[in-house]
Amino acid sequence: MYRLRNSIFTIGVLLFAIVPAHAAPLSMEQQAVHVLNRLANGPKPGDIDRVVKMGVQRYIDTQLNPQSLLYPPALTERLAALDSPNRSAGEVAGKFIEARKDVREQEEGATQRRREVLGAITRDTADARLLRAIDSPRQLEEVMVDFWFNHFNVHSSKGIDRALIASYERDAIRPYVFGSFRDMLGATAKHPAMLYYLDNQASTAPGFVPGKKRMQADAAPVQPKGLNENYARELMELHTLGVDGGYTQKDVTELARMLTGWTYNPRALVLRNQTFVFADERHDHGVKQWLGRTVPDQGQAEGEMALDVLAQHPATARHLGFKLAQYFVQDQPPPALVDRLARSYLDSKGDIRTVLRTLFASAEFMAPEAIGAKFKTPYQYVVSAMRASGAPVSNTGPLLNTMSQLGMPLYGCQTPDGYKNTKAAWLNPDALTRRITFATALGSGKLPLASPAIDAGQLQATLGGSISGRTLTMVAANPEPLRAAMLLGSPDFMQR
Amino acid sequence: MQRRSFLNSLAVGASLIVPVGRNAWAATVDNPTRKKLIVIMLRGAVDGLNVVAPVADQNYLRLRPTIGLGMPGTEGGAIDLDGYFGLHPALSMLQPLWQQKKLAFVHASGSPDPSRSHFDAQDYMESGTPGRKNTPDGWMNRLVTVLPGASTPSRALSIGPVMPRILAGTAAAVNLPTGKSGAKANVLDRPAIGKAFDQMYAGHEGFQAAYMDGKNAHKEILDASMGSEKQMADGGAPLPNGFPDDAAHLAKLMRNNPRMQLAFVALGGWDTHANQGAGKGQLANRLAPLGQGLAVLAERLGPMFNDTTIVVMSEFGRTARENGNGGTDHGHGNVMWLLGGGVAGGKVHGDWRGVGDAALNEGRDLPVTTDFRSVLAQVCERHLLLSDQNLSRIFQDMPARAAGLNVMRT
Repeated sequence: MYRLRNSIFTIGVLLFAIVPAHAAPLSMEQQAVHVLNRLANGPKPGDIDRVVKMGVQRYIDTQLNPQSLLYPPALTERLAALDSPNRSAGEVAGKFIEARKDVREQEEGATQRRREVLGAITRDTADARLLRAIDSPRQLEEVMVDFWFNHFNVHSSKGIDRALIASYERDAIRPYVFGSFRDMLGATAKHPAMLYYLDNQASTAPGFVPGKKRMQADAAPVQPKGLNENYARELMELHTLGVDGGYTQKDVTELARMLTGWTYNPRALVLRNQTFVFADERHDHGVKQWLGRTVPDQGQAEGEMALDVLAQHPATARHLGFKLAQYFVQDQPPPALVDRLARSYLDSKGDIRTVLRTLFASAEFMAPEAIGAKFKTPYQYVVSAMRASGAPVSNTGPLLNTMSQLGMPLYGCQTPDGYKNTKAAWLNPDALTRRITFATALGSGKLPLASPAIDAGQLQATLGGSISGRTLTMVAANPEPLRAAMLLGSPDFMQR
Repeated sequence: MQRRSFLNSLAVGASLIVPVGRNAWAATVDNPTRKKLIVIMLRGAVDGLNVVAPVADQNYLRLRPTIGLGMPGTEGGAIDLDGYFGLHPALSMLQPLWQQKKLAFVHASGSPDPSRSHFDAQDYMESGTPGRKNTPDGWMNRLVTVLPGASTPSRALSIGPVMPRILAGTAAAVNLPTGKSGAKANVLDRPAIGKAFDQMYAGHEGFQAAYMDGKNAHKEILDASMGSEKQMADGGAPLPNGFPDDAAHLAKLMRNNPRMQLAFVALGGWDTHANQGAGKGQLANRLAPLGQGLAVLAERLGPMFNDTTIVVMSEFGRTARENGNGGTDHGHGNVMWLLGGGVAGGKVHGDWRGVGDAALNEGRDLPVTTDFRSVLAQVCERHLLLSDQNLSRIFQDMPARAAGLNVMRT
């Protein structure tokens, strides 16, 4: 056995000695490794062979149209057993508000109960994401959920958003990741998680005074006091046009006025799962001047028109093209590729699947210099390690802790721009030591995941050509119990 | 001549790199990391009106009939500060520092942003940009990038579960968990594992530098925590868990590693909506370990305390009136605390307008009459000797300086 494994190592070393890493064109295996690192969260055992056999193009097509890929029964069962992710936004919000009210009213044991309720909501919400990220065969869908969630980021520690995030991801992000950008833009604009996070729920016409039917203070501690520009600003700066998108502070204010009244009523949310309401009495009925056009008083239609205009704007096409190219190709994406993606976006009227198809078919995507060019985010690192290990995830706690220690708590990005995915953002002195600590614990079976130590030979086969000959030589020179940790903690595995 | 007007009278540009005065020279050249700054953030909005209470204001006990602190000299009453303000009795360990004029407060201070959301207000206080949510970095991280002297990986440190927003950014910073595990050996200290990974990362084009920086920072922290206690008065007596223990650890790290210059610690549990108590009770139970920890920090830093400024701040204050549950709700202005050798101590600073109904912000809480950035900027300017140009990189859109604010001695 030992000898066999040794010879596998030797073959790996030899293969890499004869195939220079940056020679074109890429071998089938290199292409397979590449798509598994970019369209998926890294390879699982057997994935590289499978993609080589089915062909890289067919893999890409299937991932873009994943309806035929079924969840494994174990994953379906795990997901079905979760609570919050299978309930409506209103139900979870109701539980959250109830737990908080009991504490305010000082009921016996309320603090402990609130901790349990909040803990369960947080855990189940995270499980719904992580279990899919690791085990779903629809890997590109999961990669896109990560991408778009960060694009439309909300933060779980802001009040009721903790209870709303499961619904936000499920109802406002996930259904649209291959669809029309305008639809996702509208869904996020009208979701209470976003309305609360960026304060549009509290934005009113100047001078508006809430009537006797006040909003329930519990869920809306910010009493409406006037115009709040937060959402309008981020809508243009982050979600659509981009910071250099050619708009002014005046445009921000005017857009905020157009969006006054876009809110939710906490009571209606809890009682009827009504996640959005246009409150006409809060709307600024004056005429607005926005992006060079005159906008007459049209109530909710003003905001809808604004989303239409923003979704079809050339600056938005460029901004999204840049972000997708940066995420999938390189930290500094080739400008010609960004141009092509922007054109593809405008030609398809903002169809995300079409833009992705253009991206994956580009020479830049499959270029030798793109291979391994991205530094994994802590999320990608942890998820890819779990996938490569093949270990069943009995407990996501240690994975979530590791992401937090690495500075990327799941759903914990405070700023609305979401987590970055560049090397500059994540490669720091602390990061490598902490990743190696995680790799060593996982490799030696010491994470409380109920998994045995990982078989290094199998791990090496799973990772295939993503590990360099130089690294394989060093791994082979070390004793067996260290090898899996070395593979998972190697410089090669930090990249994708 | 004031330093400021002297600077302003020089041509902009090259003049700003000329160190001004002997202290500036000493700090920037001989020993660039001699001046320390420690920021303690009380997350959850501490009730500043019961930390430094206007006990002599007749409105105070009218607004707070059950939770208000009693007059100095009464049982469970406040500790007299200046005949008008009284310190919470749970902070009695800080009384000597007040008498030595090494403790000061700035009342009715805080963020000009009106938000009463913990989340947003903390974010603004850490980014240093009230009202702007998308500032990518924290002001302490920006501070690291402009401080004079070569940066080392452990120059800025935070103690807590995750790297805080205030230290997020391009400059390197180290995050240590709280408690005993704060500076323990890691896997790379095990010889076989360390050797294996050293070999893999040695000479690696992309990652060698970061890998080595990580190892060096860890070694600096480990050496500093294992090092002998230099001139320690009480030999490092064991302390209760929590902040006093972390404070003692922090003092040890800073004394043993002279390159460490900035530190940040966040403490939670201040959101006292119900049953906060007066001289005793929930708030008192939170304040006591904080006061003890600050006293421990001052004592164990030893002579270094004279070159240190400690700032204690919280995202906003609480309502002046107690609520129906014996607690207080989210308010606006609060009190900032300053400790250290260079602090203009023994004084409650700020523009104080009393707690009469007409003086309250929106009829419910303290107005913010001193922007928290004015206080921090003065600490950076007078204590860390930052130039105007660098100050404006840390706090963009600074308000005009509060006239007459002198929280740091010149």
